[in-house]
Amino acid sequence: MERILTRWLDIPDLRKLDVYLANNGYKAARKAYFEMSTDDIINEIKNSNLRGRGGAAFPTGVKWSFIPKESKKPVYVCVNGDESEPGTFANRYQFENDPHGIIEGILIACRAVGSHNAYIYMRGEFTVQQRSMDAALAEARAAGYVGKDVMGSGYAVDIWTHKGAGAYICGEESALLESLEGKRGYPRNRPPFPAIVGAFGCPTVVNNIETLSNVPHIINRGAAWYKAIGPEKSPGTKLVCVSGHVNKPGLYELPMGMPMKEIIYDIGGGILGGKTLKGVIPGGSSFPVLNKEEAERAIFDFDSMRTIGSAMGSGVIIVMDNDTCMIDMLLSTAHFYHHESCGQCTPCREGCGWIEKIMTEMEAGQGKIEQLELLNNISDNMVGNTICVLADSIAMPVKSYVTKFRDEFEAHISLGRCPFKTASAQQAA
Amino acid sequence: MPKLTIDGKEVEAGANLNLIDAAELVGIEIPHYCYHPGLSVPGNCRMCLVEVEKAPKLQIACNTRVADGMVVHTESAKAKTAQKAVLEFLLINHPIDCPVCDQAGECKLQDYYMDYDQQPSRFPLPEKNRKGKAIDIGSGVMLDQERCILCARCTRFFDEITHTSELAIFGRGDHNVIDINPGQPVNNKYAGNVVDICPVGALTEKEFRFRMRVWYLHRTASVCGGCERGCTIDIHHHRGRIYRFKPRYNSGVNSYWMCDEGRHSFPALQTETRLTSPLVQAKDQLVVEPWGEGVRRAASIIADYKRTYGGNSIAAVVDATSTNEEAFALKQLMKTAIGSDRIATLSWSPPGLSGDDELLIRANKNPNTRGLAALALTDGLDGLAAAVASGELKMLITFRADLVRAFGEEEFVRRFGALDYMLVLSTDANETCQMANQVWPIAAYPEIDGSLTNFQGRVQRIHAAFPPPGNAIAGVEAIARLGQALDGVDRPKSANAVFAAMASSEPAFKGLSLATLGETGADLAST
Repeated sequence: MERILTRWLDIPDLRKLDVYLANNGYKAARKAYFEMSTDDIINEIKNSNLRGRGGAAFPTGVKWSFIPKESKKPVYVCVNGDESEPGTFANRYQFENDPHGIIEGILIACRAVGSHNAYIYMRGEFTVQQRSMDAALAEARAAGYVGKDVMGSGYAVDIWTHKGAGAYICGEESALLESLEGKRGYPRNRPPFPAIVGAFGCPTVVNNIETLSNVPHIINRGAAWYKAIGPEKSPGTKLVCVSGHVNKPGLYELPMGMPMKEIIYDIGGGILGGKTLKGVIPGGSSFPVLNKEEAERAIFDFDSMRTIGSAMGSGVIIVMDNDTCMIDMLLSTAHFYHHESCGQCTPCREGCGWIEKIMTEMEAGQGKIEQLELLNNISDNMVGNTICVLADSIAMPVKSYVTKFRDEFEAHISLGRCPFKTASAQQAA
Repeated sequence: MPKLTIDGKEVEAGANLNLIDAAELVGIEIPHYCYHPGLSVPGNCRMCLVEVEKAPKLQIACNTRVADGMVVHTESAKAKTAQKAVLEFLLINHPIDCPVCDQAGECKLQDYYMDYDQQPSRFPLPEKNRKGKAIDIGSGVMLDQERCILCARCTRFFDEITHTSELAIFGRGDHNVIDINPGQPVNNKYAGNVVDICPVGALTEKEFRFRMRVWYLHRTASVCGGCERGCTIDIHHHRGRIYRFKPRYNSGVNSYWMCDEGRHSFPALQTETRLTSPLVQAKDQLVVEPWGEGVRRAASIIADYKRTYGGNSIAAVVDATSTNEEAFALKQLMKTAIGSDRIATLSWSPPGLSGDDELLIRANKNPNTRGLAALALTDGLDGLAAAVASGELKMLITFRADLVRAFGEEEFVRRFGALDYMLVLSTDANETCQMANQVWPIAAYPEIDGSLTNFQGRVQRIHAAFPPPGNAIAGVEAIARLGQALDGVDRPKSANAVFAAMASSEPAFKGLSLATLGETGADLAST
C-alpha cells in the first residue's frame, strides 16, 4: 500500500520546506487558493467522505459548511493536537516529521471557511514537537506560505502553536477552546456549537491534526481517489497505534476497514511471548473493551466498530494477553479518568472517584459481588448526563469489563486476592 | 410566544425563557443548584435534567430554551432516575453534618433529598474525601469546602456581578475546591451575596453562624434603610430580634443583591440605647413620664407659644430616614394644628461610609430623601437657624433628626442653642436627646408599616416585623396623639390611612395606595 500520511518514511527530511516543496508540497494549497472557490473546496472534502480522526468521526466537509458565510466576526481554525487519549501516539510523529503537511491542511481549511487565524493546540508534554512545528512555521512564513499574503494570493493566514498544560480534558474541543482562551479547561455546554460560538466567542472550526493532514492529498488527487481507499462511508487511511502485548507495537498507516485480526497477528506480529489473546482496547481507553472473540472478528473502521458495540475512536489497538488482569486494567483506567475528570459536572466528578474506590477494593480482593451491580448502576447514572463525554469514557469501559470479564471479578472476590499476582507481589503492591 | 407542554400542562412562555423558568410559570419545580437567574448558565450540577421528546439524551432544563411544540417530562422514569443519581453523586462526598450546619433548614441538598431522592447511602462513610473546613475567606464569609457542591454560583457572582474574581475553583475532579487566591482574602462590599446564593452550607455568614436555627426565623418584607437605594429585603427575625437582612428580587432596584453595609446595618436598629419611654427634663436630668402627661405638656407649651408669638414660632425638622407617612403626617400637623409653615429636613450621611458605586451603593445614606422631596420638603435648616438668631423661632420639634450628630455639638449650639424648647422624637437616646426638654420614643423602621421612596422615585412598602420596644410607639401615632391634644381632631394612625390622605393631597403620590404597592413597589406619579 502507498503511504500517504506517513510518506516521511519514504522521503527523508520531509519536515524541511525544500524537501516538502520538491515532493508536491503546497501544490494543493496553490490549487485551493488560485483554482477553487471556497464552495469547491468544501464540496470536494464533503464528496471525499473524510471523517474526523479525533474519535467522533464527524464528516469534515459538513463541519466546515456550518461556519456562517459572511460572518461579521473573525473565524478561527483550531487544530487539535492535544493527543491525550491513552494508547494514542500518532500526532506526535506527524508534528515531528510532516509539519508542512499540517500547515498545508490548515491553509486549505482557513481558505474554505474564511479564516485568517489558526491555532495549533498542542499537548503540554509536546516540547520537541512544538519546536519542530515552530521551525516549519518559521520556514513557511519566510517563504510566504504563511502570513499577510499567502503565496501572493492577497489572502492572509497566520498560524500559531499553543501548548496546553497537560490536562486530558483539553483534547475535548470546547475545553480546548477554553484553555486556548487562557481559562480553566472546562468543556462548554452545547448549543451554541463552536461553529457559531467558538474561540473568543467567534465562529470556529476545530479539526484534528490527522484529519487536516488528509486534506492536501484529497485536494491534489480528488475525492474519487480518496473514496476508493477503504469502505466508501469511512474511506482513507488511518494512523493506527498498536501497543500492548504484541511483538511489533508501533504506529502503522493502514487503510480503513482492515480486519483487526490481521492488524494484531500479521502487522503487529502476534502476541508477545507466544501467549494467547485475551482482549483488546480499541479506539482508546475510553471505549468498550473487546474480548478475544470480538477482537478477532472486528473490522477496523468507524461504522464496523459500532456494529460490535465499540468504536474506532482515534485508531488505537491495545492488545492484552491471557496473563493480563482485567481488574487491574480497569483499575488503571478508572484511576486515569478519576485523575483527569475536570470536576465540572456532578456525575463525572463524583462517579469517577467512586468507581476507582470500588475498583481498588476489587483488585485487592476485598470487593463484594453486589458491587458489580453497583458499578453498572453508577456507570448508567453517568452516561449521557454530563456536558462532555468524559463520564461516558469511563462508564462505557466499566460496563464492558463487568459484562465481558465478570468471571475475573468473581475470582478476585472468591479468592480474596488477585489471581494473576502471587501473594507476595500483591503484598508489595 | 412559543407554546409547549410540560408534564402535560400547556405553557405559553417568552421565547427567551429556559425550561426551569417556564415550568415555574405553571407551578412545576425543576430542581437545580447551579442555575441562578441573575448569573450565567454553566450547566454543571446536572440536577435539572429533564426528558425532552425527540432529544436523544436527557437535557438540562437550565440551558434549554423553550420552543414551540416542545414536550417536556420532568417526572418520567428517566428524569426521576437522573435526579436521584445526581443527588446521590452530590452526597457521596458531602459530610452530612446538618446538625451543626447553619444552612440546615434552608439547604437545597436537604430539600431535594426529601423531594427527589430518599434512598439510603451506598457509599462507605470513612471513604469520603476530606477538604478544608471553617476557612475565613474574608469580608465576613466562612467557607466549608467539604459541604461545597461546586456549583460555581459564588465564583460567577464575583466574576460577573462585581467583576472582581476573588474566588475560583482549584484542583481537579473530586478534589476540586472553591478557594481564594493565596494571600488574597475576599475584600468586597458585596461579599454577603455569595452566602445568599450558595445553595448549601459551604458559604456562611460569620456573624450569623451558630446564632440561630433558620426554621425559627420569621420573614417580614421590607426595605433596607442603609442608603437611598432602598434595596428590597426580607427581615429575618425571631422574638423581636433581627438576625439578618436578606435581599429580595426587585428588577429595577437591586436585582437579587444587596451590599454588605446595608446587610449589616440592622444591629444599629436594636442597640442598648433604644428609648423605651417618654422623658422630660427635670433639674437638668431626663426623667421618665407617662405618654399622657408628655403629650399634654407638649400640647400646652405649643399652645402657649402659638398664642404669644404665633404659629411660626414653632418649627419642625424631619429626617430623611422617616417614612413617607411620617413626613406627611408631620407636615399636616404643622400646617393644621400648629399653624406653622416652618418645616425643614435633615438628609445627612455619616462620614466614613461608601460613596456611589456602579452596582448598588449610594453615598446618600438616607432611605427617603426623595420621598421628602416629593412631599415638597427640602432642607431649610439655615432658615430655621436664622429665625432662632432673630428670636422669631422659640420651639423646635425634631423627628428622627439627630441634629447634634449632624452638626457637631458646637455648631448645633451656635445655631439652635437659643431655642426655648425642644421636643425630640427619636428611636435612640442620642446626643440631640440630651439637649431636649422632652423626648418621645418612636419605633424604628422594622417596627412600623409604611413606605419609603428610593432615589429613583420607587415607592416601596415596609412592614412591621414586631412591636417597638417598651412604650415606644409608631411615629405617626405620636404625631396623631399630639394633634389630638392640640385641636381635638382625630388624625389617622394607620399607615394605610395616612398614605390614602397623602395620595389625595400630594400630587407626587397621586393614584398610589399602600395596598397596591405590592412586593416590588411602584413609581411616583410623574410630576
